[in-house]
Amino acid sequence: METLSRYKDILVLIVVLFAQFIGLASQIKHPLPNGQDRHNVRLWRYWVVALVAPPEKALHGVGSGTRGFWDNYLDLRDTRQENQRLLAENNRLHLEQAGLMEDARQGQRLQSLLSFKEQYVYQTEPAEVIGTAGTDQSRILYINKGSKDGLKPDMPVITPDGVVGRLKDTFPHTSQVLVINDQTSGAGVLLESTRLRGVLRGNVFGQPQIINILPDERIKPGEKVVTSGGDQIFPRGLPVGTVDHVSADPEHEPYVDVVIKPAANLSHLEEVLVVTEVSDHMPPAAAKDMAKSEAAAAVDAEKQRASDILAEKLPGFTDPDAPGEANGSQTAPGGDNVSSDAAALLKPIKPLQTLHPDRFSPTATPPASSLAPGGRVPGATYSAGSVGDGTAVPKSRPKTRPAVSDESGEPGTSAGDAPAPRKATPHRAAPSSDATTGNAVEPPSIQPRTIPLRPAPVQPPPSSPQTLLRTPDNDHANPFEGGLS
Amino acid sequence: MAMLATTRREMEGPSYPWFVVLALPLLAVGVQAYLPLRFPRLDIFNLPLLVVIYFSVARRSPISGTLTGVVVGLMQDALTQRPLGVNGISETIIGFLTASIGLRIDVENHGTRLLLNFLFTLLYGFLYLLIMRHLVGIELNWSWWHELLKAGTNTILGFFLFAILDRTQQAE
Repeated sequence: METLSRYKDILVLIVVLFAQFIGLASQIKHPLPNGQDRHNVRLWRYWVVALVAPPEKALHGVGSGTRGFWDNYLDLRDTRQENQRLLAENNRLHLEQAGLMEDARQGQRLQSLLSFKEQYVYQTEPAEVIGTAGTDQSRILYINKGSKDGLKPDMPVITPDGVVGRLKDTFPHTSQVLVINDQTSGAGVLLESTRLRGVLRGNVFGQPQIINILPDERIKPGEKVVTSGGDQIFPRGLPVGTVDHVSADPEHEPYVDVVIKPAANLSHLEEVLVVTEVSDHMPPAAAKDMAKSEAAAAVDAEKQRASDILAEKLPGFTDPDAPGEANGSQTAPGGDNVSSDAAALLKPIKPLQTLHPDRFSPTATPPASSLAPGGRVPGATYSAGSVGDGTAVPKSRPKTRPAVSDESGEPGTSAGDAPAPRKATPHRAAPSSDATTGNAVEPPSIQPRTIPLRPAPVQPPPSSPQTLLRTPDNDHANPFEGGLS
Repeated sequence: MAMLATTRREMEGPSYPWFVVLALPLLAVGVQAYLPLRFPRLDIFNLPLLVVIYFSVARRSPISGTLTGVVVGLMQDALTQRPLGVNGISETIIGFLTASIGLRIDVENHGTRLLLNFLFTLLYGFLYLLIMRHLVGIELNWSWWHELLKAGTNTILGFFLFAILDRTQQAE
C-alpha cells in the first residue's frame, strides 16, 4: 500500500495516458463513414462548444455592435457618393447581364438537350463567424447558426467572392465549418479554361491545392478555378480561386499539385452564406433581376433601332436620345459611362487600323472585280535581296520575273493571253536570308498564274526544253527556286 | 542555488478560488479560439498551454497537473476536427512534468518561470509533432525556427500572464 501511495502520481499519469491512447487509436483505426464522430466524441465536442460558444458570441456581438454603431451612425462620410456609384454600377451590371443572358439561355437549352441539370443556389442562410479552432494546424471556423436554423452537415459555405468550405458538424446554435485549405477537406474542382478536373484540399502550409494532376503546360498562373459539382456538395460553377503556381508532387510522380489562391479571403471572414437548398430552377430574385435586365435591354434595343433608322435617313443628324454608339455614351448619375460599356460588350470586334500597311494588309488588296486574270496586282512588288542560294542580287536586276506562260519560262506571253497546260510544280515561298547582311528578306512575289482545266490552243514549241534548268541567265530570276530551297 | 525551493511556503503550493480554477482554463480556450479570428497572427499564442503550466507549477501536485493537462488538452481537441487526444496527451505530459519540477524548484522566481515556459512550450511542440505524425498520420508544416519563435513569444506572454494570475491566489 505504501508503494502504491509512493507511485500514485506516476500511476495516475500512466492510466490517463493509456486511456487517451486507446481512445485516439479507436478514433483513427475505426472511423465512421463520412468522417462523422462517434457518439461519445461528439458529446464531448458538443459540451465544449456549448461552453465556449456563448462567450464567443457575446464578444462577437459587442464587437459587431460597436462597429455597427460607428459605421451606421457616425462614420457616414461619402455615403451619398458611394450610393450614386453603386446605382451606376447596378445599371451597368443590369445591361451586362442582359448581354450575357442570351448565351446563358443557349447554354441551358444545350444542357437540357444533353439531359444535364444545372443547379442553382436557391436558398442561403447568412451566418456570422464567431470563432476558430484556436490553432494554426486546424482550419476550422465556428458560425452562429446551427441545426435549429436548418443547417445540416456537408452543406456548402460560401461568400459572394467564392467558396469557403463545408459544414463539418452542426450543434443546435453553432456549426463547425471545415475550410477548403484544411488538409482533411476535399472538393471537386475544374480549371475553367483547360477544363481539367481535380480534387482540392489544403496542403501543409494551409494553402488550397488541386492534387494528383498530370503535368500540363496549359495550366498557367491566374487561370480561374471553379467547383465541378462532382463531389455532390458544392453546386457547379462556384468560384474557388485562381491558379497561383504549379509544384511537383515528390510523393506521387509524375503528378503535380496546382496551388490555388482562394477567391474568398479565408483569413478574414466575418460573414458567410450557408447554401441550404440547391434547385434546378432559378431563384425568384434572380429571375426577377433577369426579367428587369431583359426589359431594360429591349428598351435600349428599340432606341438603338430608331436611332439607326434616323441615322440612315438623315446621315448628318445625331440622335441625342440614342443609346450606346449612336450618341457616344450615356452618363450615369455618378458620372460613369454606363451604356458605352454595355455597348462595347455587344459590339462586334473590328480589326485595328494598320499602322504600316503592306501588300498583305486587308485594305491594300484591290477588289476582285478590278483584277484581270493573270494581271499584276498594282504595287505588289517585292524587294528580294537574294534568292535561294543566298547570292546577293544587284539592285539593277529586275526584281520580278517576267510572266511566263509555259514550262519553257519564255517571256513575252502572259498567262491570261494564252493559257497553256502546265505541270503543276509544288512550290513554297519560304523566307530567305540575305547572305551579305544576314537579315531575313521577304520571299519573291509570285505572279498570278492560271492553270486552265481545258487544253490550251497549240503553242509554238519551246526553243529549248532545258530553260527551266538553272542557267546563268535564269539563276537569280526564277522565283520558285528560292521557295524550294 | 536561489532557484531551488528552500522554505515551507515554497514547498507548499498556493490555493486558488474554485471559480478561478474552473473559469480560467475555459476562458483561455475561448480567448484562444476567438483571437485568431480578428488577428490571425495571434494563433502563435497558446494560452491554454500557459494556463496548464501555470496551475501545474503553482499547485505543485503531479496528479493535479496531470488532470489539468488532460481536461484543457481535450477541450482544445474538441474545437478542432481532429481526433480527441492529440492535445490531451501532450498537455497531460506537460502538466505532470511541470508539477514534478514545481516540487523541487522555486517557481516564483521570474527566471525560473521564463525558462520553464520556454522549455515546455518547445517540448509541447515536439510531442504534438510526434503524435500527429506517428499516431494520427497527418503531415504538418513544421519548422524549428517557427517553434523557437513560438516558444519565445509564449514565454514573454507567460511572464505577464503569470504575474496577473498570481493576484488570484487566496490570501493565507
